[in-house]
Amino acid sequence: MPHWIEKYRNILDFTLSSLMRRKGKNFSLFVVYTLVVFLLGSALFLTQAMKREASLILKNAPEMVVQRLLAGRYEPIPAVYAEKIREIRGVISAGPRLWGYYYDPAAGANYTLLVPREEAPSGDKIVIGGGISRSRMIYGGDIVSFRGSDGINRNFTVAGELSHESELVSADLILMSEAGFRDLFGFPAGQATDIVVSVRNPKELLTIAKKVAEILPDTRPILRDEMARTYDSVFDWRGGIVIVLVLMTLLAFVILAWEKASGLSADEKREIGILKAVGWETADVIAVKACEGIVVSFLSFSTGLLAAYAHVFFFSAMLFAPALKGWSVLYPDFRITPFIDPYQVAVLFFLTVVPYTAATVVPPGGPPS
Amino acid sequence: MIRLQNVRKGFNLGKSNEFVAVSDVTLSMEEHRVTVLKGPSGSGKTTLLSLIGCMARPTSGRITLENGLVRNGARASVGGAASDVEVTSLPERFLTEIRRQTFGFIFQQFHLVKGISVLENVMLPAYPKGEKHGIVRERAMTLLAMFGLADRASANVEWLSGGESQRVAIARALMNDPPVLIADEPTAHLDSKLSVEFMEIISRLKEQGKTAIIASHDPLVFEAEDVDRVIGVRDGRIEGEAA
Repeated sequence: MPHWIEKYRNILDFTLSSLMRRKGKNFSLFVVYTLVVFLLGSALFLTQAMKREASLILKNAPEMVVQRLLAGRYEPIPAVYAEKIREIRGVISAGPRLWGYYYDPAAGANYTLLVPREEAPSGDKIVIGGGISRSRMIYGGDIVSFRGSDGINRNFTVAGELSHESELVSADLILMSEAGFRDLFGFPAGQATDIVVSVRNPKELLTIAKKVAEILPDTRPILRDEMARTYDSVFDWRGGIVIVLVLMTLLAFVILAWEKASGLSADEKREIGILKAVGWETADVIAVKACEGIVVSFLSFSTGLLAAYAHVFFFSAMLFAPALKGWSVLYPDFRITPFIDPYQVAVLFFLTVVPYTAATVVPPGGPPS
Repeated sequence: MIRLQNVRKGFNLGKSNEFVAVSDVTLSMEEHRVTVLKGPSGSGKTTLLSLIGCMARPTSGRITLENGLVRNGARASVGGAASDVEVTSLPERFLTEIRRQTFGFIFQQFHLVKGISVLENVMLPAYPKGEKHGIVRERAMTLLAMFGLADRASANVEWLSGGESQRVAIARALMNDPPVLIADEPTAHLDSKLSVEFMEIISRLKEQGKTAIIASHDPLVFEAEDVDRVIGVRDGRIEGEAA
């Protein structure tokens, strides 16, 4: 075995015993370091996982949605617009869609009401999302009352609950019949909330969107990619808020780590003097300090990362979930699919391990002489 | 032989607190002998030892190691096949290599590393050499056994008596089997019995072919039977020799 391997094995051996000799200081550093990695890692994992969940769900969303605008504000769109859009080359289908928001004072929450294009409930039946079910404690067979736009209450029967897998986007969703929808909101016949468009070739989406805007100048086409980017931005924004809050902890860690890594206690200085006196080179002493930094960093990083993984994917990120899922009455209850972006892990690694190890090797006064 | 030619060591030169610890010392010390540098505190003995042992560089003058005092490994690093190695102007890493291979140090306060065991303390000088851990360990245990400390191998050094600490320090100094032992006031913290014991150990090592250079103002040291040469040092200069 090359002698340098044995040499650095010996140095590592001495490093480990050196760390154990200063248990108190090293343990407190380990705890704070791990906490920082845990908090940052949790925020990153949760943000990434939720963005991925949203993108998976949005795969089934319509490629294009066309809305009508009046003075820059949203207006119901005439259903006949769908016929004009169908005539555009490249469009497979275009159909009116009915959906809207309903504020429920009983729960203090906004619901999204939607008439599905296929398999819509009939009559007064509704299918509700998990969040609504939990907040109003209503289940299959129960009757729920909503106040219409004319001030008159309408009763609806809960026919079922939406699947758990889609709860990230369906927690506050209610599916109902077209008749029930129009009756509740006083939505005029022949009008729709928007028009859903499917195209033959996704690469032509932009071109088709431009044509829609040309033939129907009072409309605005919205692409699925734009919706996905909106979700991404929202999760990134929320994740960023969490990270800002974590920055305070990060600052405390930086101060503690710098003090530990850059300063040599009287004992450490004495020890370095002894090592040099018995034949250790300056490079060997620096190797010990670097090893100390690497060992502490790797242990803390690994522990913090594992804890973050468990926190997010086994305990549903209970510390951050309210901030990242949304500040609403209806928090989606769903199990996040484990997903780790190696790039994010690498960024976290370079933001924590590298600076601390560097601080250990090169203290402010230069390398130990 | 270790030769010093017009060696001078000053501190804070050019400043108001300039101090010359060793002044114009010319000296030769033969191998396989016990040489004692005798003098009062502040006479420059410790500085002279640190210069001889390549722990410090002289301000001026030369220090030469002759006749195989420099081991093959260190000699190869220095890059010379000549029998003499002038160490004064060597770069730090070559000096460290020579120091590690040629000299074993025994300090006044022993300077054992606290918090680790006796065995680990003895093994420390061998770590940078890159020898197999098992071999180093075995050699360290042999040394401890030689000094009757095998059963204290796993004890932390804080638990040792003065005599035990002294013997651990000697064992550590011998870890790399250096030809020269340098001891700075080794009996300063020992009673008479232990001081005599120390000199007996030095005597045994001399019989094994070691060279010993000891700085001391303890009569139990410089008047010991096996001391070959006593050199007087005062105010950084050589004062004279006793037989």
